[in-house]
Amino acid sequence: MAKQEHQNIMDKIASANKSVTTGVDEKDIEHWVTIYIMGDEYKVPADLTIMQAMEFAGFKFTRSCGCRAGFCGACSTVYRLKNDYKLQTDMACQTRVQDGMFLVQIPFAPADKAAYLINEETYQPNIFIKYYPEIARCVSCNTCTKACPQDLQVMDYIQAALRGDFARVAELSFDCIQCGLCAIRCPAEIVHYHVAQLGRRMYSVHGLKKEENVENRVKEIEKGKFNQDFKKFLDMDEQEIKQAYRDQQKSKEVY
Amino acid sequence: MAKKYTLINGYPEYMRESIKLVEKTRNKRVGKLPKPMTLEERDELLNLCHPDYAPGGKRKISVGVNQGDIAPNEVADLLESKPLVDSKDIDLTKPDFETDLLIIGGGLAGTSAALLANDNGIPAEKILLVNKLRHGDSNSIMAQGGTQAADRPNDSPAIHFIDALGGGHFTNKPEVLKALVEEAPLSIKWLCDLGVLFDREPDGSFTELSGGGTSRKRMHACRDYTGMEELRVIRDEFRSRNIPFLEFYPAIELLTDPENGKVTGALLWGLETKEYMVVKAKATIMATGGFGRLHIRGFPTTNHYGATYDGAVIAYRAGAKLRDTDTVQYHPTGAAYPQQIIGLLLTEKLRTSGAQPLNKKGESFVYPLEPRDVEASAFIRECYINDNGVSTPSGMKGIWLDTPMIDLVKGKGATAKSFPGMIRMFNRFGIDMTKDPVLVFPTLHYQNGGIETDPGGKTNIPGLFVAGEVSGGVHGKNRLMGNSTLDCIVFGRISGVEAAQYIKSCKGKDKLSLNHIDNWNQQLINAKIKSPLKAPILFPEYRGKAVLARMIDIF
Repeated sequence: MAKQEHQNIMDKIASANKSVTTGVDEKDIEHWVTIYIMGDEYKVPADLTIMQAMEFAGFKFTRSCGCRAGFCGACSTVYRLKNDYKLQTDMACQTRVQDGMFLVQIPFAPADKAAYLINEETYQPNIFIKYYPEIARCVSCNTCTKACPQDLQVMDYIQAALRGDFARVAELSFDCIQCGLCAIRCPAEIVHYHVAQLGRRMYSVHGLKKEENVENRVKEIEKGKFNQDFKKFLDMDEQEIKQAYRDQQKSKEVY
Repeated sequence: MAKKYTLINGYPEYMRESIKLVEKTRNKRVGKLPKPMTLEERDELLNLCHPDYAPGGKRKISVGVNQGDIAPNEVADLLESKPLVDSKDIDLTKPDFETDLLIIGGGLAGTSAALLANDNGIPAEKILLVNKLRHGDSNSIMAQGGTQAADRPNDSPAIHFIDALGGGHFTNKPEVLKALVEEAPLSIKWLCDLGVLFDREPDGSFTELSGGGTSRKRMHACRDYTGMEELRVIRDEFRSRNIPFLEFYPAIELLTDPENGKVTGALLWGLETKEYMVVKAKATIMATGGFGRLHIRGFPTTNHYGATYDGAVIAYRAGAKLRDTDTVQYHPTGAAYPQQIIGLLLTEKLRTSGAQPLNKKGESFVYPLEPRDVEASAFIRECYINDNGVSTPSGMKGIWLDTPMIDLVKGKGATAKSFPGMIRMFNRFGIDMTKDPVLVFPTLHYQNGGIETDPGGKTNIPGLFVAGEVSGGVHGKNRLMGNSTLDCIVFGRISGVEAAQYIKSCKGKDKLSLNHIDNWNQQLINAKIKSPLKAPILFPEYRGKAVLARMIDIF
């Protein structure tokens, strides 16, 4: 293939991706919606997320923007739709704008985290109450669950923590991105995601058996079991090492 | 841009027609895969279609230690940039912090480094971890697929070594790679001992999967939230030890001793208050991550908002040597549809669990688990040379990733159990990936090269250590899946230990200066760099063009 053709392919790819790499150009937009960012009205392209729409409107983020992919919990956003009493919560990077949305981002969730040495704690159900006694104030209103952008059963894991059920806390809270929306909405002032973090670590360290393969392998490495293999490979010339690679790929494990 | 289409379960009608072809061939494809490529076939394909090998888009670096090396234009522009500050405006005589260890960047690498330095005799209060955004805002937290460690009886660190060397086209720095694979099982054990919940089988052993270019199953995952689980656990440990940290204070220059060029701290800048802060430190660990937000060659990216190459830029000015600046990793499976999530990562674990890449006719055209650069090139060839890609309403082309196959291969419910994050992402936009395939195209994922290091995380400058994506050498010219979180943890830990030892040997007569940036400015003049950018840039620019055109900078 001609070099020029290769270059043309790269140009085509760059051009198709312009909207996410250099910001949106309004010339390209056919469909618009009106949103209200902290009360001010903005006309924005209908196909954007809240985060992209705020940038289109001229906001440059230093807070409330992290991974932009739904994993870090930085971009908690609360909003109401016109003629709807319901206060909604979501991640700005994972939510499409809707016409008539009134929104604000939450820059920070104030919350105190308990300090503990996980290996020195005993595997007793009362550890949750020891570090986070306020969980006993839970009134089972389920507001935390409704606020969770990950759709986790937040109230259920707080109830599990009250019962001292470590496995259940770990299972139900595992997908928590620690955005803090539960803690901000809770009338009992519980900081759910810190409770969950304590529960998961306790369950892992004290509730699970040590994994044998990795424990054995660490000992084998300490004893120098693989030193000979490494020496062999490090002494090989390029052709020999390529052949070793080919041979190894033949014994590939797939699914 | 988008015409209004009627969507049926998230996809426009015309894409549904192609999905029907995918469904038609699905059962026949179970257990049948195209043959893996030979080394020679891989090279041929890379030369034909990989963005690194395409003409244009890169040039020689014209100033500094790596003068003459090739880098993408976006990277070269930053390496040839001028500082944000003038040394005359900065008062270095009264440091705001005097500490033993400064760590720049709080992802997996920086956080691991802090814990190990603390374990090795540096008191918590003599460590300072600084972050551009929040502690943990990083590419680490977005890592989905897993962490490699050769711990099963049929595997060994030496087999892991050969896999990674082949994946990197035999350009990896062997002694650094050896440290990576040898320390891998210990790193997994360390994470478990701190409370990370890796996926387990009913008998209690780790669930382990293969990855592109691996010959054994050694991927340790935490559902599809691997990096998040690893990071939140070690961050919780970090907070429990009361180690000091700053958030929203990016480092904008290193500080050096005028007599010997040693790194003696850093200059920070407060994003909220706009004032500078001076940190004096006996040792500095650079753990600032990668450069996805530079959008090299116009590709979208999987990376977090702050992935703008800052650490490499300021270290380069201080004289740090880089390597493999010419290579960039494009992950084969970035989202290509819907528009709201273009470029975001769809983990390689989907393919290791049975999802096959298919063209618009529903045909399998490439072995699903080639190393990433090869797999990505095959997707580009299928879309742009063979013209078998699926067009999207926003003008992209993409390849189907047949995710409903996962339940066929691994059993009903397997997708829901292993990929809650992926399912959630697509559900938010009306697509059920357990029933329908998802559309993908290569996306900018990883900075293969970086600051050169030895197996101890040491650079060519005394006082400066590196760990994680900002470093170069361990992966050569292409990284394998599961070796990045591993890189961060292994070299975070090692650099923490090495820095602690180095600190104990320091005499404590270090001086602070910005002399190196004065020298740098002179070098830029000598090299006749025309209108250099100001850097580090800290964040990409995504504001609307109409707004930018009317912007006035008043205060």
